[in-house]
Amino acid sequence: MPYLALENIRKAYGPAVAVDRLDLGVEKGEFISLLGPSGCGKTTTLQMIAGFVEPTQGAIALDGIDLSRLAPEKRGLGIVFQSYALFPHMTVAANVAFGLEMRRVGKAEIRQRVEQALAMVGLADKGGRYPRQMSGGQQQRVALARALVIRPAILLLDEPLSNLDAKLREEMQLELRQIQRQSGTTTVLVTHDQQEALALSDRIVVMNQGRVEQIGSPFDVYERPGSAFVATFLGRTNTFSAEPTSRGLAVAGHVMMPGERPATISIRPEKVDFTTDGDGLPGRVLTRVFQGNHWLLHVETPDGLCLVIRPNDGRPVPGEGETVVLAFRARDASLSLAGSTP
Amino acid sequence: MRNGPLAVVFHAVFVVFLLAPMVLVCLVAFTPEGFLSIPTTRFSLRWFERVAQYPDFIAAFRTSLFVATAASLIAVLFAVPAALAIARYRFTGREALNAFFMAPLMIPHLVLGIAFLRFYSLLGISGTMAGLIIGHVVVVFPFAMRMVLAAATGMDKRIEDAATALGADRITTYRRIVIPLIIPGMASGFALAFIQSFDEVTMTVFIASATTTTLPVRMFTYIQDSIDPLICAVSALLILFTVLAMLVIDRFYGLQRLFIGEDKS
Amino acid sequence: MNAQEHQGWLLVAPATLLFVGIVATPLAMTLLLSFNGWSSTQGIVPTLTVQNYAEILSDSFFAEIFLRTLRIALWVTLICVLIGAPEAYILRRMREPWRSSFILVVIGPLLVSVVARTLGWALLLGGNGLIPLALHRLGLTSSPVSLMFTETGVVIALVHVLVPFMVLSVWASLARMDPATERAAQSLGASQITIFLRIVLPQAMPGILSGGIIVFSLAASAFATPAIIGGRRLKVASTLAYDEFLNTLNWPLGAAIAVLLLVGIVAIVVGWNRFIERRYSQVFAS
Repeated sequence: MPYLALENIRKAYGPAVAVDRLDLGVEKGEFISLLGPSGCGKTTTLQMIAGFVEPTQGAIALDGIDLSRLAPEKRGLGIVFQSYALFPHMTVAANVAFGLEMRRVGKAEIRQRVEQALAMVGLADKGGRYPRQMSGGQQQRVALARALVIRPAILLLDEPLSNLDAKLREEMQLELRQIQRQSGTTTVLVTHDQQEALALSDRIVVMNQGRVEQIGSPFDVYERPGSAFVATFLGRTNTFSAEPTSRGLAVAGHVMMPGERPATISIRPEKVDFTTDGDGLPGRVLTRVFQGNHWLLHVETPDGLCLVIRPNDGRPVPGEGETVVLAFRARDASLSLAGSTP
Repeated sequence: MRNGPLAVVFHAVFVVFLLAPMVLVCLVAFTPEGFLSIPTTRFSLRWFERVAQYPDFIAAFRTSLFVATAASLIAVLFAVPAALAIARYRFTGREALNAFFMAPLMIPHLVLGIAFLRFYSLLGISGTMAGLIIGHVVVVFPFAMRMVLAAATGMDKRIEDAATALGADRITTYRRIVIPLIIPGMASGFALAFIQSFDEVTMTVFIASATTTTLPVRMFTYIQDSIDPLICAVSALLILFTVLAMLVIDRFYGLQRLFIGEDKS
Repeated sequence: MNAQEHQGWLLVAPATLLFVGIVATPLAMTLLLSFNGWSSTQGIVPTLTVQNYAEILSDSFFAEIFLRTLRIALWVTLICVLIGAPEAYILRRMREPWRSSFILVVIGPLLVSVVARTLGWALLLGGNGLIPLALHRLGLTSSPVSLMFTETGVVIALVHVLVPFMVLSVWASLARMDPATERAAQSLGASQITIFLRIVLPQAMPGILSGGIIVFSLAASAFATPAIIGGRRLKVASTLAYDEFLNTLNWPLGAAIAVLLLVGIVAIVVGWNRFIERRYSQVFAS
């Protein structure tokens, strides 16, 4: 039995279904992300784990204990909110100490644990400040320290990095990962940022319209998307409709890979290459944009536009207006059979 | 964009229009003469000395302070739970109740005065201090309510969730988080209510008795008899008192902002 | 009933009970009172009659007073719009620290007792006051004419009392305006006047209209200012009701006047709102 188990969870607000038929097991110490567009039910799921929202149906168990009868304040979970929700009228140290006070921890121990927690997030000397005197990144760390200091059974992170700018977000991702590994706290992260989910998680739960689309390791979910939704939501992807021929699957008459039945081929832009020999899909470069560490090309093919990403590694890249031939390795592509809806 | 010369002239005239009557009252209060006149060569404090010897105004001022304090306190005490409910709970009749609480703003004070006069005479509490305070509670309640409600709605609901998640029960959450966070709203609600109550004339004229007359009502009845430098001196003192109160409130708000900070979410 | 309902109602219960007890009940009693009879010997006669309303509606003395009240309120509203809206716009274009200090100058008078402010106007408008003297010096009047006990005087004093509401209301809607819209108009070649009329004014309209409602209803029910400036000679509805209550002691008649004043104001405000909504939906639809 997993450490945190969600069984057949459903949440409906009147006729609107926010979450439906959700089954999820989280192992102890695992870092799991709920990833999906806004309105996919990921935040509702988090709220149900936290106890702020009651599931319409289904059971949530933590370490074999049914959570549904436990009030939110008795669940002992650490939560970092998107807005941080720091107590503006308390100092940073008082914010972090709050949860310990609720647990009637002794004064001396509180002081010691608050110090430790603040040191862990790199704010050892900022305990006397008020939240408003701190930057967004610092407030984020306070929120994290406040959630972790109570040694929660589970750490719930609700879009914790979405209010930070891009550079800071990347730094905090690394730090968050490090802190989580160090403390070994089981963590559930809710995010709409695929990059964040890929960078942080042991496993990713991709959600869409209240349903789970796919659960898997970041590498699996990215490389072997289980549905067209996952393929397009996680990174960019090219799709071609392919017909079987005697020599394999062909796009617009050009054989691209083996296969016997009509299918849709999905291929990541960075997996498409230019070839000078053999079979491939002919095309013409419409635009070429330099993006620092890579080039982004739009290639017009007989089966629509194809996005190609080439690393800036010194090899020549075709210019705008040039004709090219596109090819990819069969194992990089994923197939969904025509007629079946993912 | 900058204001053109025409706009500056308009603004100057507007400001003069706004300030002229009050400035004039204050000037006349310093007249050395026994009649209404603007002092030109000599300023005198004789009329202010007369005010000090006039127990009516002093007593009315005390009544005003007492009524305004009591009514504003009561209004804030009733407003806090109501505002919390309206800001944070979804229940049937919520919208209607909110409008109901704001209704005294819509009802002319004259009508309220008449209604209370009739009500109190039937209850047999005409002219009592209690009646006066209750009337003022009604008049100032919307102001107290509005400020407390603004504070309660402005509060991030997640802050409470955060306290709950950290193990705080409902009472602790109220005591340690919710109430401290709406205290600035309560304070500004009290201040606004106090000012409204202190300035109220129309309703009070109907329900105040000789022993419970407030300062504005005493001034009003005095003016109806005669306009002399004495009433100008009383008004000047009242204006001074108001300006001081304004400065204090401004200062106080500034401090509060410093303490609470701007909500960035 | 769920927990939200329970807790919500529990929390609003004290204030609700207070309001039902001390607002709704007295108002209902006043309405009842206005249907009671009265005689100079017996006082209030607890019968149910429309005689008070009939008296008010048939007597030209009352009609004149109600018309005067309406006329004063309309003038005050119009003048407040004409001077309050431009002032709000000017304030908005000011730089700090001028802006915040002048906003304080506008709000300040709202906090000063109406009685003290009206006293100032009594000094200014009286026979020896500055305004009649100035008008005389300018050759506009042959001798200094007191504006006390005149409608003009009441209108001027009420504008002073109420114009801050208009400025604040317009200010609020201008604060929501994107300042870039003005620059956009300027870049397209619009003059300052065109910008004000075509760009700013339409966006300030909601503030002007809601400010107008506030000013109108307060002007129509104002008491202290018309009582001091208008005196016994120039009665308006509110001072009339006051006299019936505290001098003539005909409470039922006074109550009927108050009820009519309230109904009249509510009707005009509601009608005004309807009109605005209809107009506005057209403006935004086209």
